[in-house]
Amino acid sequence: MRPYTFAQPRSVREALRGAGPDTAFLAGGTTLVDLMKLEVVTPERVVDINRLPLDGITLDHKGLHIGALERMSDVAADRRVRENYPMVAQALELSASAQLRNMASIGGNLLQRTRCGYFRDVSTPCNKREPGSGCSALEGINRGHAVLGTSDDCIASHPSDLAVPLVALSTVVHLASARGTRSVPLDTFYTLPGATPEVENVLRPNELITGITVPRSPWAAHSLYVKVRDRQSYEFALTSAAVALGMRGRTITSARVAAGGVGTRPWRLTAVERALTGRPATAATFEAAVVRAADGAQPREHNAFKPALLRRTLVRALTELQESR
Amino acid sequence: MTPQPAPRPARQPQAAVGTPRSRVDGRLKVTGQARFAADHGPADGIDGIVHAVLVDATIGRGRITSIEARAALAVPDVLTVIHHGNAPRLPYRDNSFPDSIHPPGERLRAFQDNHVRFFGQPVAVVVATTLEAARHAARLVEVTYDAEPPQLDLVTAPAHEPDIYTRGDAAAALASAPVQLEMTYRMGRNHHNAMEPHAIVARWDGDRLTVWEKTQWVADPRNELAAVFGIPQAAVRCYSRFVGGAFGNSGRTWVHSVAAALAARELRRPVKLVLSRRQLYFGIGFRPAYEYGVRLGSERDGRLTAVVHDVRGETSRYERHSDDLALGRMLYDTPNFRQDVRLVPLDVNTPTWMRGPGWSTTATALETSLDELAHELGIDPIELRIRNEPADDPATGQPFSTRRLHECYTTGMREFGWHRRSSRPRAVREGDWLIGMGMAAGAYPAESAPAQAHARLGADGTVVVRSASSDMGPGTTTSMAQVAADALGLPMWSVQFQLGDSMMPPAPVHALAWTMASVGSAVQATCDRLRRKAVALAVGDDRSPLHGVPADEVVVRRGWLHTRADPRRGETYQQLLARNGRTHLEAVGGYEPPEEIRYSMYAYSAIFAEVAVDARLGIVRVRRMLGVFDAGRIVNPKLADSQAHGGMIGGLGQALLEHTVTDPRDGRILNANLADYLVPTNADATDIRAIYIEGVDNEAAPIGVKGLGEVVQVGVAPAIANAVFNATGRRVRDLPITPEALLMPR
Repeated sequence: MRPYTFAQPRSVREALRGAGPDTAFLAGGTTLVDLMKLEVVTPERVVDINRLPLDGITLDHKGLHIGALERMSDVAADRRVRENYPMVAQALELSASAQLRNMASIGGNLLQRTRCGYFRDVSTPCNKREPGSGCSALEGINRGHAVLGTSDDCIASHPSDLAVPLVALSTVVHLASARGTRSVPLDTFYTLPGATPEVENVLRPNELITGITVPRSPWAAHSLYVKVRDRQSYEFALTSAAVALGMRGRTITSARVAAGGVGTRPWRLTAVERALTGRPATAATFEAAVVRAADGAQPREHNAFKPALLRRTLVRALTELQESR
Repeated sequence: MTPQPAPRPARQPQAAVGTPRSRVDGRLKVTGQARFAADHGPADGIDGIVHAVLVDATIGRGRITSIEARAALAVPDVLTVIHHGNAPRLPYRDNSFPDSIHPPGERLRAFQDNHVRFFGQPVAVVVATTLEAARHAARLVEVTYDAEPPQLDLVTAPAHEPDIYTRGDAAAALASAPVQLEMTYRMGRNHHNAMEPHAIVARWDGDRLTVWEKTQWVADPRNELAAVFGIPQAAVRCYSRFVGGAFGNSGRTWVHSVAAALAARELRRPVKLVLSRRQLYFGIGFRPAYEYGVRLGSERDGRLTAVVHDVRGETSRYERHSDDLALGRMLYDTPNFRQDVRLVPLDVNTPTWMRGPGWSTTATALETSLDELAHELGIDPIELRIRNEPADDPATGQPFSTRRLHECYTTGMREFGWHRRSSRPRAVREGDWLIGMGMAAGAYPAESAPAQAHARLGADGTVVVRSASSDMGPGTTTSMAQVAADALGLPMWSVQFQLGDSMMPPAPVHALAWTMASVGSAVQATCDRLRRKAVALAVGDDRSPLHGVPADEVVVRRGWLHTRADPRRGETYQQLLARNGRTHLEAVGGYEPPEEIRYSMYAYSAIFAEVAVDARLGIVRVRRMLGVFDAGRIVNPKLADSQAHGGMIGGLGQALLEHTVTDPRDGRILNANLADYLVPTNADATDIRAIYIEGVDNEAAPIGVKGLGEVVQVGVAPAIANAVFNATGRRVRDLPITPEALLMPR
């Protein structure tokens, strides 16, 4: 491990003072410490933000507010979250392992890095880790990689489960920097790799996530997260689906759909949402709506199954949600 | 079941053996007091330990052109960087069987040349006074290479000459068989992934070397390090009291141990080296990948007339590791059998034994092929197996010592509810889930090896028994104490079994499920001898209540020596020793396997699995598993369950999850960590049950056991694969079975 300086500020202002490109903010540490051991991330300065007042879960007329330092396990266990945003709690509980969920923060979850094995191995080229060095995954082992939003420079999939329902629910991320605060929709917070896969979001080097707001909606309470993986616990998604439906009788009045495990960022499926809206909640509607869910997918050698599995995962989620009414 | 007399050479009552005892060292382990290899330090008198970290090759094959260590050496606290450019040439004396279990070939040497034989090979070792400095400096060692493309393709790479086994005329019998099937099975590479990483602490005192090592055989580091450094075996001592799981990966001494001992010698300081989790995927061996071609010929009634196995298995270019692939020869009554095994040398590190070595591999091919034949013929898979059950060993013609496989089947059918299985695939559905049942059989040799033990009875009536065995997890420390307790007529609490020191009486490698047969028999013989010594002392002592009683008439219970006829007439060990002024009594003894083996001796398994397969998503969940085992006598049912459950969960991993993924371009292992290499979690392994068919096998070992630790994984993976077929109608012949394999259009 490389030497670095360590600070434990007590306020956001103090934390942001002097923050720059070589600063890393430490919350749960479940991604950062792992990647520092691998020397994938080599900050010169580590700022422990656990003493900052960025905790708290509140529910009001605007929606659900979650502090960036809330732990995944605490949010998943919160009754207000479970009742009003069930798929958020489900995505959290299907993430990682119990030990990791006890440590990992919500802000950190949204910023976790890809599980691409080449990204995590400093002895091999990776455009995300070392811009311009090349992508080892394109012609390598790419079963877990993305099929949507990929570029010739990067096919790394976004690893977060939580981000999938949050994107579906138009969540807003609150950011703070020395210059002030701003709020960004999570969907535009994440950027596509394009020719700059080292850039994953619009967060500036001296900026900190302070919290998120998940808006109130008539459909969030009627939602479900389905995750497909080889083993039953502690594995990233092959595919996942977050679905929320607003219903009048048997008719879908509004739909929110997003997918995980398939995109270079959490993948909102607005075309599927449109195809569901105004239709009866039937198997035929679901099958028809997902037909084009993976349009534009660019599968590689080992992940060619993902477009089909994505469509099936979506149908499963919609069907289960409908049956749970 | 035919009742068999229990072995009672000692005529001692059985009190501890056969009872479900908890691990005697369980508390030490769960409270962190058990000290594993890497835990050793000042508390053991090892002062001034420094830390070694290996630098691994980042190419798959080629030569090192330069090593630049200046930046590494500039890191504060770094003491040295050793590589082929500055390492002393080491004697590397030959160290072959029986002193080691090295496979044939040239073993990998520590920093003796500039060749890179596989991705991850150690090319240098950095030593520093702190672990952090050593780790950091290891990253700063700059190595340049002249890389060549490695050969990594098991299917297309040139193979060694085949090892051929044949009986009858399989080709002719196959050609004329009314029913013929041909299949190819592929099994991915598996890693052991024991909880404890490989670790060693090495200290030189002059020309004498002491190591605290993770090993399944304390004799092996002693012999190997003596050979490497050209010193007498007696100059090396190895301790390994606790082992945190091994599953075969610690049978031989790997190159990192030499690197640590070398660094300790160069620096004249004790050196500790612990492999990282990532390094465990190339620093030690693994279960090799296989391609297994099977052709079957049978009569319409299912009787096998011909079996042909064409096998390709991976090994390294520098050693020939060959698993024992003999299950196909003996499990079924096949007059015509041919097996060609081709080892394919690849640019990988040498594979090694992994639980159920070879036997579980063959079981996957053989037992899936039997299921395919049963389906083809419309015969129940168990009925098909019973029709092919041999009267004697079809390979040797020898009678079986005990073979209760038929009873395993009938017990399993009853207890599992086999009658509820639909013979038609894809016939049972519960919502989105397709439900299926499958089964498979297995066997593993009941072997034993010479072993010795020493027992010392103290004046306080407690005994210490010692043998240079290991306990990698089965609970050997506990089960040996049970054996000793009964032989001496003592309660468990007054018996202590010690192992894990190469100065103790020799024991064979703690593997092959033969420790109870070998060391257990030695412990029993030694403790019998010690008890007889005490009895002889008593009956010859005119002050003893037992004076003049024939020695055969004396038994010992809970430390009370008494006559068989009158339990009140007797005395305690303490009284006997005190009166005779003895501080202790001791005995050495041992076990030698018979020179001539007249029986075919195996432990057997019948594994049953029920799976649910998500019809739309292709995910497989094992709902329940039952293993029925014929393993001879069960010394400790609680520990046996621990073994059986572990083996069956390992088989579940083989079937559905475990696969070391190698980049074909350079041999880089892509999932070298426990998040990406998938072992089953508790959630994957829910309802698992084991049943042991009662009975002892007095031919297999004096103590009546046939060995359990390996057979518990043999047949598990094919039982699950067969259940997946029964559930889905889809035959997946590549392990592990993935969702995409079940979803792919036919």
